[in-house]
Amino acid sequence: MQDVIGYRPEDAGATPSLFADYRSTVRRSPQRELIRIPYTLSEVTGPAGCWERLMGTALADLTTQHRDAPLGQRIIVSGRVLDENARPVPNTVVEIWQANAAGRYIHIRDQWDAPIDPNFTGAGRAITDAEGRYRFVTIRPGAYPWGNHRNAWRPAHIHLSLLGPAFATRLVTQLYFPDDPLIEIDPIANAVPMPYRNRLVARFDIATTVPNWALGYLFDIILKGRAQTPFEDHDHAH
Amino acid sequence: MHTESPDLETRNVAPRQDNLDPALFGQTPSQTVGPYFHYGLPWKGAADLVGASEMGARPDLFPAEHYVLAVAREHPAPLGEVVELRGRVLDGEGQAVVDAMVEIWQANANGRYASPSDPRDEVPLDPNFIGFGRTATDATGVWRFRTIRPGRVPGPGNSLQAPHVAVSVFGRGLLTRLATRIYFEDGEGNDTDPVLAAVPAERRATLIAHRDPGGAWVRDIVLQGADETAFFAL
Ligand SMILES: [Fe+3]
Repeated sequence: MQDVIGYRPEDAGATPSLFADYRSTVRRSPQRELIRIPYTLSEVTGPAGCWERLMGTALADLTTQHRDAPLGQRIIVSGRVLDENARPVPNTVVEIWQANAAGRYIHIRDQWDAPIDPNFTGAGRAITDAEGRYRFVTIRPGAYPWGNHRNAWRPAHIHLSLLGPAFATRLVTQLYFPDDPLIEIDPIANAVPMPYRNRLVARFDIATTVPNWALGYLFDIILKGRAQTPFEDHDHAH
Repeated sequence: MHTESPDLETRNVAPRQDNLDPALFGQTPSQTVGPYFHYGLPWKGAADLVGASEMGARPDLFPAEHYVLAVAREHPAPLGEVVELRGRVLDGEGQAVVDAMVEIWQANANGRYASPSDPRDEVPLDPNFIGFGRTATDATGVWRFRTIRPGRVPGPGNSLQAPHVAVSVFGRGLLTRLATRIYFEDGEGNDTDPVLAAVPAERRATLIAHRDPGGAWVRDIVLQGADETAFFAL
């Protein structure tokens, strides 16, 4: 008997794969309906407890990766990784990458006229603790123009990647800042319907802010939860 | 006369609705990985689940001094038959997608997942095999993994799944992760596999890798169009 407990389907805030205002989705999004498959061990398992061996040591401070400090507003981005049942997701990897304070990526394909910062790469990795907490020290990224339409600018954002406990919980998303007017006119953020779009907006937090050092932001990340909790399911049999 | 408020050092701004608003609690929505993930996600060796090559990363896309990710480390070879798995990512016009990222997750040669959620202690783990891989597509839209052929894993009821690799696809223009699987054309149990059975018969071929003359297993991932890969709702 290898029946497994699956994960819940996407909720009302799910992002569609086609959102024509974001032009690259038009030729890259599937047109057929996604196929619902039975949950098996393959979907409910995932790597765990091997992050150091798999990906290397944590890189939670993006301001000390080079000789000097990067330019820009130093910030702390912190929060919890939870599942939909509000249970912490401990010992899971959170990877981030972002542009520098001027909005420029350290990437050969990013060629817009904003300066490179030799002291800032913009890549980080943290492992959540027993309560699902993570914490990064970084600098606030700048907005940047892109070719989607005339005068298109991405709001300041940090890219995040999470594996969670299972293949089913894989998530790549973006964090936005609460004082940014560009969110309202960004096709990528706007692919998420309101009010759920606000789930992508971090909160400024004075308690996370460190005096004379860094502004603090809170951002909780909510992964899919189990369809039933294993706890409630100990007599499950088919 | 000036009087300082007692909470000056601790008072927070009045928040608008945001991530921490209890009324909004629920799944964090997906966003695209964008075109610039290469210095942040696929590390050197991420696509080599067998040895310690640098497969997976694209260090040609950013200055060497900004490579801060892991470097592959030597380790004993895992048990099982070594296979190369590769294909292209193609868009709705048949164009190669050069800024996609592909991940795999698979069982070891015994059919056991290196995961606490696989409860079968009677099926041995392989200390040299985790089963997770990641790669960026190259300048021609090709992705490539070096791994071992997975063993069979139980499915619902008394079923046994055919050997397969779970696949995630990300990219610029992909607002969501696309989940699919790759099977092997000579895989034992393909005809009774419970997940293949959920895919309409005329689309099953989009999940099955063929062996090329060089011995590699090849399966293109087609994002859109007549040969669109069967993607799953999870
Ligand atoms: Fe970006």
